[in-house]
Amino acid sequence: MLKNYIKIAFKVFLRRKFFTGISLFAIGFTLMVLMVATAFFDQIFGPFPPEKKLDRTLGIFFLRLKGPNSQSSSPPGYALLDASARNLPGVEKASFFTVPGIAYSYWKGEKIKSFLKRTDGEFWEILEFDFIEGGPYTRDDEHNANFVAVINQSTRKRFFNDESALGRDIEVDGQRFRVVGVVKDVSILRIVPFADIWVPISTSKTDAYRKQLGGGFWAMLLARSAADFSAIKEEYRSRLTQVEFPNPEEFNEATSGAETFFEFISRMASPDQTKNHPGMLLAVIVTLMVVFMILPTVNLVNLNVSRIMERASEIGVRKAFGASSLTLVGQFVVENVLLTLAGGVIGFIGTLLALAGLESSGLIPYAEFYLNYRIFLYGLALAVFFGLLSGVYPAWKMSRLHPVQALKGGSR
Amino acid sequence: MAGTNLAVNEDLKSDTDLQKENIMIQLDGVEKVYRTDRIETVALTNINLSVKEGEFISIMGPSGSGKSTLLNVIGLLDVPTAGSLELSGKPVTSYKDRHLARIRNEEIGFIFQTFHLINDLSVVDNVEIPLLYRKMSNSERRKRALRALDRVGLNSRVHHFPSQLSGGQQQRVAIARAIAGNPRVLLADEPTGNLDSQMGDEILEILKDLNREEKTTVVMVTHDPRQAEKTERIVRLFDGRQVN
Repeated sequence: MLKNYIKIAFKVFLRRKFFTGISLFAIGFTLMVLMVATAFFDQIFGPFPPEKKLDRTLGIFFLRLKGPNSQSSSPPGYALLDASARNLPGVEKASFFTVPGIAYSYWKGEKIKSFLKRTDGEFWEILEFDFIEGGPYTRDDEHNANFVAVINQSTRKRFFNDESALGRDIEVDGQRFRVVGVVKDVSILRIVPFADIWVPISTSKTDAYRKQLGGGFWAMLLARSAADFSAIKEEYRSRLTQVEFPNPEEFNEATSGAETFFEFISRMASPDQTKNHPGMLLAVIVTLMVVFMILPTVNLVNLNVSRIMERASEIGVRKAFGASSLTLVGQFVVENVLLTLAGGVIGFIGTLLALAGLESSGLIPYAEFYLNYRIFLYGLALAVFFGLLSGVYPAWKMSRLHPVQALKGGSR
Repeated sequence: MAGTNLAVNEDLKSDTDLQKENIMIQLDGVEKVYRTDRIETVALTNINLSVKEGEFISIMGPSGSGKSTLLNVIGLLDVPTAGSLELSGKPVTSYKDRHLARIRNEEIGFIFQTFHLINDLSVVDNVEIPLLYRKMSNSERRKRALRALDRVGLNSRVHHFPSQLSGGQQQRVAIARAIAGNPRVLLADEPTGNLDSQMGDEILEILKDLNREEKTTVVMVTHDPRQAEKTERIVRLFDGRQVN
């Protein structure tokens, strides 16, 4: 039966080449935009190396300090994390590190701009970077304030023209570090691991950070399992109530949360930023995607409905020879899904080209977009959903045609 | 004496049952009225008709007399407004779409004046259509379709498309499609109406052969008295009523 459906679908598509072409373009373009968007989301939220353990990782990205007369929002400070985020129950490892900042180097008469991140040793234990040479610095290096650095591949190219960088010195932000490791570039969209150069926190120019409740730091908490998340979140929240504020007249209340990166983004997107709303963010994203699909869907629905008259006789014949309305709905939905899958192939090709173009443009540093199996599955699901969305109504309408009227070539 | 009466009654009863068993199509007081917001059109009035199994009848009447409507009602393509219809003793008037579809698929084969072949499908694919809605393997389906095409003498055209065939050949394909599923009833709506007389005679011969050899009940709507006379019985309609 499916073979017969495919045969007839193919013939119907070829019968009206222009309209089929328009439909395929609309479907392909829509799916391409959605898949590029999906690739972006995947690049930001998917479990890519070095963040392979995202399923059991929480972060602390946000702090709101509130006082009688003022309030401030910023990343948390080292002192707050040190007091509230260490040794949380259920946490296997915790790492504190700075938000990546721009640092300049003057190297062989050139000014080089890099993203610098100061981290502890645990940072390298939680994340699984791909080392091209050498290895990470350790907790001891951090403890002893050793001036060592890990750099990425692009930085090695900028400083050493792709020659081995191990044991060589680089100057960053007026400080000199010995390179102990070189890692593959990490996309700027992965803001937790991303940097060009990583150095121990303790090499900071001053130790003022140790006393600051707010500003400049993020934390990464590797839970024993995702089941520990709620206990970790609760404990962190409870510890925040015990924070000692150096100047209670300025700030006397801290709001923060241990959360996934998606939850953090949902917090930033919410009006008051005091709570995260991942479900709402997801709903907004899905709604936007559906809204984006509606226009080509309506177009496709119209094209499909206009084909009813053309195929009325066929519908009449099929009904006369035993097709029930439900069987006909199935046939037309299959046909439409086939059309959207064909559009999906065009969409995939378009997505590959668009992502390759984005990558080579360098607009997003170190981003490596590719169609992995997740995006393929999302794309496939989108194509099928699109096919169903645009196919069910015309199919239902077609199947409702009265067989006698259908055989006469019209609808009652 | 009483014993003799009982025996006679039983004989009578079994005769009635036998007669009932032989009835393939039974219409009682069938009416069909088409209603729109403004107009009410009476297409059939008080039709009472019995067609025996294996009978070949024709329905005649002028245009608009309700011939095709009657055929559509018998073929379960249209629902009577009043009255009852039994097919092979089954009270089909009350059946739902799915059940009706199954009966159309298994019991009835249609032949239309304008053939109604699907131009996008090859001859054999067209003939396979009724079999698509039955559970069977692709090879069995193909075998049955080829057998039906062989029956109408078109086994050399199986991979042609309808547009590559003459009118007579297209009608043979339509007959092959109608008989591919071995239906007990063939309903032919002016099957020779679009053909010249020689082709028309050939098509009628095929129908008569099917009726004679396969014992298929055939109900044929026709304008042509010459064709109608070749059938066993003629039912005449005028203004939606049976006339004799």
